[in-house]
Amino acid sequence: MTTEKLDPKVKLDIENILNDLEHYHPRRKGWTWREEVPGGYKVHKFHYKDMTKPLKNSVPLPAAKYFEQIDPQPKPVITTEIASGRFEDDLRRMRMAAWHGADHIMVIRTTGQSHIDGLLEGTPEGVGGVPITRKQIRASRKACDMIEDEVGRPINFHSYVSGVAGPEVAVLFAEEGINGAHQDPQYNVLYRNVNMYRSFIDAAEAKCVMSGARIFQIDGAHNANATAKEGWSVMPELLVQHGINCAFSAAVGMPKDLIGLSTVPPCAPPSPKLWYDLPYAVALRDFFSEYKMRAQQNTRYIEADIEEATRTHVIDTLISALTRADIQSTITPDEGRNVPWHYNNIRGIETAKQTLVALDGIKDLVKLDRDGPLGEMVRDLKERAICFLEEMLEIGGYFAAVEKGFFVDSAKYPERNGDGIARDGKGGVGAGSIVKREADYFAPVCSHFGNNHPPKGVKNLCAPIDGCTLCKPDKIVFIDELDPSDSCHARLEKTLPYRKGGKIRPEAEWAGDGVMLLQFFVPEEIETARVAGIEIAKKMGLHDPEVINAQVMHPCEGTFIEVKGKVDFSIEKASLKIPPKEIILPEDDLRAAVKTVGLKVVAGTVGEDEHSVGLREILDIKHGGIEKYGVKYHYLGTSVPVGKLIDAAIETGAQAILISTIISHNDVHRANMKKLDELCREKGIRDKIILIAGGTQVSRDMAKESGMDDGFGRGTKGIHVVNSMVKTLKARGQI
Amino acid sequence: MTDNDRIARFEKRRAELHKMSDEQLKARFWELCGKAVEPMIELAKTHTSPSIERAVLLRMGIDSISTKGVVTRVNEAGLLGHGAGHVVLKVAETCKTDVRGAAKKIIEDASVLNGLFGGK
Repeated sequence: MTTEKLDPKVKLDIENILNDLEHYHPRRKGWTWREEVPGGYKVHKFHYKDMTKPLKNSVPLPAAKYFEQIDPQPKPVITTEIASGRFEDDLRRMRMAAWHGADHIMVIRTTGQSHIDGLLEGTPEGVGGVPITRKQIRASRKACDMIEDEVGRPINFHSYVSGVAGPEVAVLFAEEGINGAHQDPQYNVLYRNVNMYRSFIDAAEAKCVMSGARIFQIDGAHNANATAKEGWSVMPELLVQHGINCAFSAAVGMPKDLIGLSTVPPCAPPSPKLWYDLPYAVALRDFFSEYKMRAQQNTRYIEADIEEATRTHVIDTLISALTRADIQSTITPDEGRNVPWHYNNIRGIETAKQTLVALDGIKDLVKLDRDGPLGEMVRDLKERAICFLEEMLEIGGYFAAVEKGFFVDSAKYPERNGDGIARDGKGGVGAGSIVKREADYFAPVCSHFGNNHPPKGVKNLCAPIDGCTLCKPDKIVFIDELDPSDSCHARLEKTLPYRKGGKIRPEAEWAGDGVMLLQFFVPEEIETARVAGIEIAKKMGLHDPEVINAQVMHPCEGTFIEVKGKVDFSIEKASLKIPPKEIILPEDDLRAAVKTVGLKVVAGTVGEDEHSVGLREILDIKHGGIEKYGVKYHYLGTSVPVGKLIDAAIETGAQAILISTIISHNDVHRANMKKLDELCREKGIRDKIILIAGGTQVSRDMAKESGMDDGFGRGTKGIHVVNSMVKTLKARGQI
Repeated sequence: MTDNDRIARFEKRRAELHKMSDEQLKARFWELCGKAVEPMIELAKTHTSPSIERAVLLRMGIDSISTKGVVTRVNEAGLLGHGAGHVVLKVAETCKTDVRGAAKKIIEDASVLNGLFGGK
């Protein structure tokens, strides 16, 4: 199946993606790493040590405008989690994320899916995540195919193989070309209360299926530091949990390059974070040198302040750079206040990209000092982890240890607070459901784990059925919708006006949701400010206003408030008057035109105004000013009377007058422009002279209203002014 | 064992570990992890579950809704230990139909499972 090519100027056509899904099959299977550039990546004036192959299409960091818009791509794969509950709206967010540098897109499952004994079908709406179904995966993978072609780098699509239907989910993922998945039987046991025996038996099958499709595996150990009261105390246990999943996976036959550790720096400021997180990161990478590291940013301490979360994430990413991360996962910084919004996924991705680019080659510059306290702390963690394992085996092994509450106890091993999660081997979801295999047990399929007894003479396990779905994808049965009223089609119909109907409405998560955010300062103490914030939002016409962040600036002087709310109106796109974008003529054409007419200008700052820097930058060759294009100028200085500029223009035969006007009190800048225009008319030279005004408060429309031929504000370069003069001369037939 | 006993035991263990090099420590860690997972691997090789069997049927080209019906019936008949796929193959053979046809038959009438494995 060929993939339709996306046009960067055209929105994703969701209906088109959903079309003909029953015949779609993934064009590749398995995980993909970023492509390294041999000898390092050279671009602009820089030679990067660890950057990878650049993208075909991307949005660079804002400061890239000072560096020729370069967008270096760090070595680790960058993850973003996108799961709003409506996957059809998530596809657009995936495209935005890919343009900002994400190549690992993780979809969290809807609440409760891990306890559903079987697969879900169709596209019902989710809560706190997306119902993972064949149709949802197919449509998402198909969209990722198109997006990866657009950006020029493979996208790894990821979800979860956990819960009581793990083996089936694994088969579904293998069939549909999912590239990565969480799989950790300990997660089921500890956090989902799935029966421990069932969980491990199922996990062996799931891991075997995943290996067959080269699905990258991530474990669930990091949940311990999100769950335990003191996340930073459970570090020895974390090493054990990672060790059990890795050893179990490898024993099942999973190649080590497909096994990843999900690891989170367990601390956050105001703790002295590095003293906990760095030894842990080093100990982990020492023991697990053969396995991949998926470094996650910390969610445990995220509060409502987006900036605070971002700062912690920068330090988390610094720890990745100082040690090793094969995958750098990101957390949307708004997770502490709402279900993540589109643009906060992008913020998370940019935090990782910006930090990793800045720290390119850091290990060539700084080395970790293992001779000092770091080495001692690393050793201490390793020894505690080994003692944990020894005690575990002594009392009867893993299952016995879980029954005794060894895991997720908030004390630092061997101390115990007695608050660990204990599970009964006879209890939990799916208890009593495992069955001993008979001597003639047979499963006629590939990627099956454990004792299997095919009839004599059968070499290829799936030969008796003439090929399984992993060998013959045409055998896969595609189920469309089970409840059309709770489907993406029903939802898409409702959002059609905001996607294809020419109506514009702000959006945080879902097309047409109308959600927006207000940020302001209220000069009152926090409780008053909260209530005032709601009233202000109501008066501004927002529905359902809710304070999602309030930060004390001072106990009584004031509070920073963020209020979210909804608008129920929309803007007709057709009614908008979009100013045409200025097209700059090629530099050579500009130079030729300037030469033909011998373009001369007089320039100065008008009024009682001593600002000179801006205008000098427009004029001087040193700053790429108009002189660079051959324009001769006569600069009269600052606080120049308007009449003097006109006299000088007549005297020198200049074709244009450039005024700078920065001070704008009482609209004096407008008055100066009008005066210049009027005086030129009085002298009868208005049609022969070009008048241009510039300044921080000047805009094109305002300058034209005030009698100028053109006006320029912040960020103007000499070439813009030359371009404007040449265009006016051409329009007047003076060239 | 009291907590004090446990901590004393820990200190003793740790004194032994102090003598090891970093490499030996790493080897010890993996040796213990390997030991810890041995019984789980044995358990997984010799057992199956409804989800595993549904996952087998899925790979045989049976839709997810039917896999549920088939595995429930096969489990109720006490035949899951032979493998649900195995059962479906036998039914297909007996009833002269294909895999999907056999699945349908099992869901419609569980009596097709009678006597498949030596008179059970």
